[in-house]
Amino acid sequence: MNTLSLAIRDSVTMLRRDILHSVRYFSITLSGLMVPVIMLLLFNYVFGGAIGAGLDGAAHGGSYINYLTPGIIVMTVGSGCATTALNLCMDMAENIITRFRTMAIFPASVLIGQALGSLIRTMITVVAVLGVALLMGFRPTASPVAWIAALGLIALITIAITWMGVAFGLVGKTPAGANSLSLMFQLLAFTSSAFVSPDSMPAGIRWFAEYQPLTPTIDTLRGLLLGTPLGNSPLLATGWCIVLILVGYFWSRAVYNHPSVQ
Amino acid sequence: MMMIETRGLRKAFGSHVVLNGIDLNVPTGSIFALLGPNGAGKTTTVHILSTLISADGGEAHVAGHDVAREPNAVRAAIGVTGQFSAIDNLLTGEENLLLMADLHHLERSEGRRRAAELLKRFDLVDAAKQRPSTYSGGMRRRLDLAMTLVGDPRIIFLDEPTTGLDPRSRHTMWQIIRDLVAGGVTIFLTTQYLEEADQLADRIAVLDKGKLVAEGTPDELKRRIPGGHIRLQFADASALMAAARMLDEATRDENELTLQIPTDGSVQSLKTVLDLLDREAITVNDISLHTPDLDDVFFALTGYPETEKGAVR
Repeated sequence: MNTLSLAIRDSVTMLRRDILHSVRYFSITLSGLMVPVIMLLLFNYVFGGAIGAGLDGAAHGGSYINYLTPGIIVMTVGSGCATTALNLCMDMAENIITRFRTMAIFPASVLIGQALGSLIRTMITVVAVLGVALLMGFRPTASPVAWIAALGLIALITIAITWMGVAFGLVGKTPAGANSLSLMFQLLAFTSSAFVSPDSMPAGIRWFAEYQPLTPTIDTLRGLLLGTPLGNSPLLATGWCIVLILVGYFWSRAVYNHPSVQ
Repeated sequence: MMMIETRGLRKAFGSHVVLNGIDLNVPTGSIFALLGPNGAGKTTTVHILSTLISADGGEAHVAGHDVAREPNAVRAAIGVTGQFSAIDNLLTGEENLLLMADLHHLERSEGRRRAAELLKRFDLVDAAKQRPSTYSGGMRRRLDLAMTLVGDPRIIFLDEPTTGLDPRSRHTMWQIIRDLVAGGVTIFLTTQYLEEADQLADRIAVLDKGKLVAEGTPDELKRRIPGGHIRLQFADASALMAAARMLDEATRDENELTLQIPTDGSVQSLKTVLDLLDREAITVNDISLHTPDLDDVFFALTGYPETEKGAVR
């Protein structure tokens, strides 16, 4: 068997293992789904009135639910980072990982399987959030092609953040460590264009908000789904995703391949 | 042919030297036991030979492949069962075996067949659909070994396979290990129990502080250590003296009022001593039979008792 088919076969096996874990740990899987929906309800119905009043409606896609939904979607992806990191960190503490290391399998398949599992879980959550948003009055104007592009971008940022989550899970050593590292991506959502426009922020934070990975992603989603101006956001978003995927994958692989077993 | 060969294997963690030049030769189809107390370097040796960590110096060949240069060829030939169950606690027993079958790239039907066969062989059929959290220690260890066997390894590393098991599970495990060797597999076993090495191994190497202090067949090693003895304790000095006159090969301790009589540990030798005491109507307060254990081995081979990391058993 050549390396590629070995890599695919073992990764699919590890994905099946990860899916079985999701089924067995159903409460964790379910809370991963519920939290973003609650955030959507919270931001729209509790904070939405006040925040929405401060936004220039038309320029940002009409009602606040329209402005908010792409932000919540990216926030959903960001919170998936912590779930991935925690899952991976807990799994690495299991002795079966030691067994995998003594087997003639594609070494990174353990990581790839979990990353694929996280991608599937996050995409299901994103669809659920989109569904609830539509019920709450989210009215996208996108063409089918724009929808496909939007889902493609969501998948891309998910893969990127998932791989960072895998790396955090490995580097973090303990669940607490893994969680605090991945908190970064959850906090990034608050200093992005997810909830309010960066225009309303002080100069330094605004500069950070405009160029960090999440803002261009959110702005691209808004452009695709609601027809707001795109500018250079798609380019920035794609660039960020590719950088994060490469950093996350190679970092994870390097840490996994050099464990401190004793 | 040698299945495992090492020359001058060395490993240190920081400034702590764990292995200090280990030479091993394990012939195909034999059981080799690495005997030693906690912290002697047994697990580190297994970790190096099973490609988990790399040695700092020396050479190691497993199944004819260099562990450092061709780790994947080594991995394809070995199976490892450590002292902590390497099983997936979220999957059922059967799912664990099927996971192994998939990772060994067996056909789906072949994987199912092997899983069913191993569940039957290791008496896990009733527990197949349950998660290992409901298993006993012995069952977990059997599932662990069954998972190791899915890939039909030619060499199996068993790192303290019976540590923490009750006597019955230990005997079950011993029988399983004997059956494996009967099937042509080579076994590299680590243990801190002399009895276990004696029961199972063709050859035993004694590891102490990262060095091999002795190597040979169980009989060769036992010849090097002092035999067992019967220990008699008396109520007073006159009884002690009376008994000592009769048992001239005994060692006398007048402060403790004890006699130590060398024995091969057989019931017959015990009976001879008791009959003698009975005939002379000498009253004995306490009698105990002492058989050689790891402490004796270590004392005999190293000159100091094995007490550094707590008592063994």
